[in-house]
Amino acid sequence: MSRYPLASLSVLLLAIASAGLAADKWKPLKEDGIHDPENPAIGVLQEPADALSVLQADTAGNKVDWARSLEYGFIEPRGSIDGDKRPKFRGTTVLMRNTMPMRFVSFPHKTHTEWMSCETCHDSIFIAEPDANPINMGKILKGEYCGLCHGAVAFPLTECDRCHNTDSSTVAREAQAPARTEGS
Amino acid sequence: MNRRSGPSLLATLVACLVPVMFAWAEYADVILNDNSEAEGVAPVIFPHWFHRIRFQCSVCHVELGIKMGAGKTQIAMQDLIDGRYCGACHDGNTAWSIDNCDLCHSGKPGLETGIRGGHKTTGPGVY
Repeated sequence: MSRYPLASLSVLLLAIASAGLAADKWKPLKEDGIHDPENPAIGVLQEPADALSVLQADTAGNKVDWARSLEYGFIEPRGSIDGDKRPKFRGTTVLMRNTMPMRFVSFPHKTHTEWMSCETCHDSIFIAEPDANPINMGKILKGEYCGLCHGAVAFPLTECDRCHNTDSSTVAREAQAPARTEGS
Repeated sequence: MNRRSGPSLLATLVACLVPVMFAWAEYADVILNDNSEAEGVAPVIFPHWFHRIRFQCSVCHVELGIKMGAGKTQIAMQDLIDGRYCGACHDGNTAWSIDNCDLCHSGKPGLETGIRGGHKTTGPGVY
C-alpha cells in the first residue's frame, strides 16, 4: 500500500510541474527578469503569451515552431518595410557531408528563404560557393555561421537531428535519381 | 511511506524540476545599454518575437542595415529621428512614434547590452 501514496504524490507533482511548465512557458513581461516591473510600458506592451500561444507549438526554443507558423499561414511577416516585395524563394538543398560520426546535414534553402533574402546570409555569413565555408560545431556553438540565429531566434542547438537529418545511404540512393544542387 | 520511497521521491522531484529548469523561453530579447543609462534613460529592450511575427528577418537585417548581434550596430536617438533603424517604422505611421520613450526604454537598471535567450545563455552553448 505504501507505493500508492508515492504514486499519487508523483502524479500530483507531475501535474504541478506541468502547470508550472505551461505558466513558465512565456513569462509575463514584468516577471521576465529584464523588464522593469515599475515601467509604464508594462500593461501597454503585448505579452508574449498572448501572441505566441496561438502559433504552432514546438518542444524546444521559445516553444514556437516558427517555420510551420509561417508555412501554415498563422503569421504573414512582411518581406519589406512597405510590404510590396518579398525575397526570392530558392528551393535547393545543400548537403554537408563532413559531419564526422553524425548524419549528414541537409540544409533547406526553402525554409530559410521564406524568412529572409539571399543577402541576409550571402556572402557576409556564408560564401555562396561549394566547400567555401569552414563550418564546424565549435564555431556554431560560439555563435558563428548557423549559430548566429540557431539558439537565439531559431530552434536551439539541442535539436541535433533537425539538421543532422540525412543518412549516407539515402544520399547514395538519391545519387541514382536526377541530381539536385549540392554544396559545401 | 517506507524507507525506499526517499530516493524515489527525490528522483520524482528531480524529474519534475528538470523540465521546469529548462523551460526558459528563448525570446532573443535584445538589451541595449551602451548609452541609455549613461544618458539618463532606462535600457532598451527589443523583443525579437514581436517583430518577427510582423516582419521577415531581412527587413531589419538587410533593408535597415541592423547587424546581427546585440550592440554591433550603434544606434542613437538622432538616427531614429532621421528615420534610420527603428525610426524607419516607429514614425507614428507604420508603428507608434519614438516619443513613447517608455515602450522601448523599459529595462531594469544595470542591464548589460546583450541578447537574452541565445547560445550563450541556454542550451549546449553554456560554457
